[in-house]
This record gives sequence, C-alpha cells and structure tokens, in this order.
Amino acid sequence: MSSKKHTASQLRVGDRPWVKRSLIGLTLFLTTILLVVPLIAIFQQAFVKGAGHYFTSLLEADTLHAIGLTLLVAALTVPVNLVFGVMLAWSVTRFEFPGRKLLMTLMDIPFAVSPVVAGLLYLLLYGNNGWIGSWLYEQDIQLMFAWPGIVMVTVFVTCPFVARELIPLMQQQGREDEEAAVILGASGWQLFRRVTLPNIKWALIYGVILTNARAVGEFGAVSVVSGNIRGETNTLPLHVQLQYEDYQAAAAFASASLLALIALLTLLFKAFIEWRQERQETTL
Amino acid sequence: MATQLSAADIRPRHKRVLPGLSLSLGTSLLFISLILLLPMTGLIMQSVDMGWERYWQVISDERVVASYKVTLWAALIASLFNGVFGLLLAWVLVRYDFFGRRVLDALVDLPFALPTAVAGITLATLYAQNGWYGDLLASIGIKIAYTPWGIVLAMAFTSIPFVVRTVQPVLEELSPEEEEAGMTLGASDWSVFRRVIFPALWPALMTGIALSFTRSLGEFGAVIFIAGNMPYVSEITSLMIFVSLQEFDFPAASAIASVVLMASLILLFAINIWQARYLRRLHGRN
Repeated sequence: MSSKKHTASQLRVGDRPWVKRSLIGLTLFLTTILLVVPLIAIFQQAFVKGAGHYFTSLLEADTLHAIGLTLLVAALTVPVNLVFGVMLAWSVTRFEFPGRKLLMTLMDIPFAVSPVVAGLLYLLLYGNNGWIGSWLYEQDIQLMFAWPGIVMVTVFVTCPFVARELIPLMQQQGREDEEAAVILGASGWQLFRRVTLPNIKWALIYGVILTNARAVGEFGAVSVVSGNIRGETNTLPLHVQLQYEDYQAAAAFASASLLALIALLTLLFKAFIEWRQERQETTL
Repeated sequence: MATQLSAADIRPRHKRVLPGLSLSLGTSLLFISLILLLPMTGLIMQSVDMGWERYWQVISDERVVASYKVTLWAALIASLFNGVFGLLLAWVLVRYDFFGRRVLDALVDLPFALPTAVAGITLATLYAQNGWYGDLLASIGIKIAYTPWGIVLAMAFTSIPFVVRTVQPVLEELSPEEEEAGMTLGASDWSVFRRVIFPALWPALMTGIALSFTRSLGEFGAVIFIAGNMPYVSEITSLMIFVSLQEFDFPAASAIASVVLMASLILLFAINIWQARYLRRLHGRN
C-alpha cells in the first residue's frame, strides 16, 4: 500500500515513458525541420560552389565595404544603447515615480513597431522634406540615405535590449546592497562600479550581445533609410538581399553565413551564461 | 558599529538614499523623447497635412485592404501555431532531461539572433520548388514558397521564441501538489493537464501568443523573400508602405504606416495592461 502510494505521488503528468518519449521525439523532429535544417542550409548554400568561390565572394570590394559599414553601425549603436539601457534600468528599478510604468511601456515600442514604420518615421523627420531635415539640408547636412541615418534607425530598433535584460534582474536583487554602500559613504560612481556592476555584469554583457546581434542584422528599418547604394550605404543584410536578387545565390549565402555565425556566437554566449548561473546556484 | 546604528536610523524615514535619480531619469526621458517620440511628430504632421479624404482613400484602397487581411490572417495562424509548438517546446525543456536538452534550449533563440533577411533567403531557398523541402512538398501537391503560406511560415519562424520564453518560467515554478493529487486519484494525464496545469499556464501562453502575433504583424525581412509579393494575394502591409516609399508617395506611406503604428501601439498597451493584471492576481493569491 505504502509503496504504491509512493510511486503514485512521484508520478507527474507526462511522466509515463511512452508519453515522454513521443513528446521529446515530436519536439526534436519539429525543431530539426524548422530550425536545424535551415541553419545547416545557410552554410551548405554558401559553399555550394566550393570554398574558393566562398572566399572570393566575401573578398569582393562591395562585400568588404558592407562588412565594414555594418561593423561601424554596430560599434556606434552599442555604446549609445548601453548607456541608455543602464540609465533607464537604474531609474525604474531604484526609484518610485509617477509614470514609471508608462516609461517601461514606451521603452517597448521599438519591439512592437514594424521596422519599416520605424525607418519611415526617421525618413519623414530627417529627410529633406521633414521639418528637421529641411533645416539640416540648408546647413548641407545629409542624414538620410547616408550612414548616420542607418545608425539612427538602428539605435531606435535596438534600444530596449539592454534595459530589458537588466530590469528584471535589478528588480529581483533589490536595493539593500546599494543603500548600505551609500550609507557607508560610497560615491555614486564607486557605488555603481563596486556594487551594482558586479551584480549585473552578465546580464549587461548579454544585453550588449543581443543589441549587437540585432544591430548587425537589422534589415527593414535600414533598407528604408539606406538608399541601397552599392559600396556606400549597403550594410551586410542589404548586401545579402542585393546579391540574392541578382541571382548570385551562393554569394548571398556566403555573406549570410557571416551573419549566421554572429547569431551562433550569440546563442553560444547565452548558453554559457546560463550554464555559469546554474553552477553558481548549485555551489551556493 | 556606529555606521550600522546610523544606517538603522536613516532607513525607517524612507529617505531616498540612492543617488542618480535626476541623472538616470533625465537621460532616459531625453533619450526616449529624441529617439522615440520626436520621430512620431513627422508621421502625425504628414498624415494631418494630407487631409481626411485623401487619408481615407489611401488606407481603404482595395490593394491595401487586401494586404491588411493577408497580414492579419498570416500573423494569426503563425502565432497560433507557435502557441502549440511553443507550449510543446517549453514543456519538453522544463519537464524532461534528455541528451541535447541544452542545445535545444539554446537553439530556441535562433530566430531572434538570426538576421531576418538571412532567415528570409534561407526559407525561400528551402521551400522553393527546387529546394530540399519544396521538392518534397511539390510531390504531394503542396506549394508554400511564393504563396500566403510562405508568409505564415516566415512569421512563425521569426516569432518562435516568444511563447517558449513566456511559458517556460511559469512552468518551472508550477507547484506539483495539485498535479500529484490528481494523478494519485487516478485521473488521466490529459484530464490533469487540462484541469490543473493548463489553467495555470494559459495567461502566460496568451501573453506569448499575443507577443508572437504583434511581432508577426511587423515582420518584413523574412517575409518579403518568400511571399512572392503578388498584389491582392501575398503582399503584407509593411511592403505596401515600402512600395509607396519607392514611388516617393510619402503621404500614402505615412497614412498606411499610421494604421500599422496605431494597431501595434494598441496591442502593446493591451498586452502590458493584461500582463500587469495577471501578475497582480498571481501575487495576490500567494
């Protein structure tokens, strides 16, 4: 009687071997079809004309320029959104003020808005007909259809990522440690550097990596404001489109494989952080 | 010792101890105003300028209305598919330990990390008639690439992680007592799932589906490569904005964009309010 009760209380929904096996099997099957095969296909298509073709297409002047521009955009976008993300997370998790919830909702707008609409918003304002753009035009400053415009829309599209990673963590950690440090006489910068930063380090790095991944890969918003000038305002994702539509599929996939590689590194890094966290929790 | 005493003295007065409110809030507000709110003024001005009649004419144009329908239906089907698939993924990842679980867990985020244009050309290549899947599907008479189903596929692919990542934490924290009681009383897996587990999961599941839907409505990069972009059949609304822009018809682009923007803002606020309500209910119960 007691042994029967024991086994019964251990059994949870879906623990029967056949249920378990078929659910795992079904998931692995669907994931393979929907995610794994496409991932493999990127690299297979990139090398379909051989490794020689792969490297020559990557070393084309336009491709190299696109890589350079993409790196520039990411290098300018990430620091801006890093500072903003930390500031926003600090203000909404460390203080209570009216409109706090609204601020957090506003922050999510770039996630909800279609990237094409985002690009259009910037084009209307800073383009030659916009109320800021026409003034800039008189000063001979061109933001749209040039790299500054690409950076601006990329900042828009990626601005929530750092704050999104930090806010739940900082809310959960509470403010006691920091309050204690202030009472013990720490200055603002010391407080951040010595108390806050060590606690949020990994979430912050992950936020930066996500921002970077998205900044490198943004397509819709960038394609509205870029003007697609080959060798000038073409980022790597736009270059992928150009090559693909030029019937240079292998070259397009070669460029795409670089972007896929960044995506894979992002996933790897996330897995590493989670593995580290779990280990920390079990050793504590 | 003395510092501890003074700490205890200060705390109960609820004085604001932490520094940086004006700096951090000021920067955030300035940033949000410049980056998010200011750009919206251009859209509003452009839409107001064109007059109501022309505005209505653009947004109720037959081809544009067809694009609303295609976008809404495709996003709905894609997010419902992700509701089922995402729930399955979350369940398997939380409940079972098996070889490759960690890899699977990491792989779930692939659609977020992979640039949408890359996803687009890859799916188009795989599902085109001479592609690995397209070939197979053509032999049983199914065509996905360059049809509205291609749109559904691209939308589903890019929004897979939403449901998984909202359901996963709730599933992890589900207490086993009720579930075990049901099982001990001899109820079937399915009825315990339906009566005990599902009611606890469904707010998170709904949130995930709504997020997936919102993202699908706005998806552009992945969709345009596989949709075929045939007027009245497989054009999404984001593409209509893009096409108007290429014709330098800024007013038309703005009018359509204002509809899309309003729809996504309403969805965003609705999801946030709904989430806050169910979080409060959750905490109220505990």
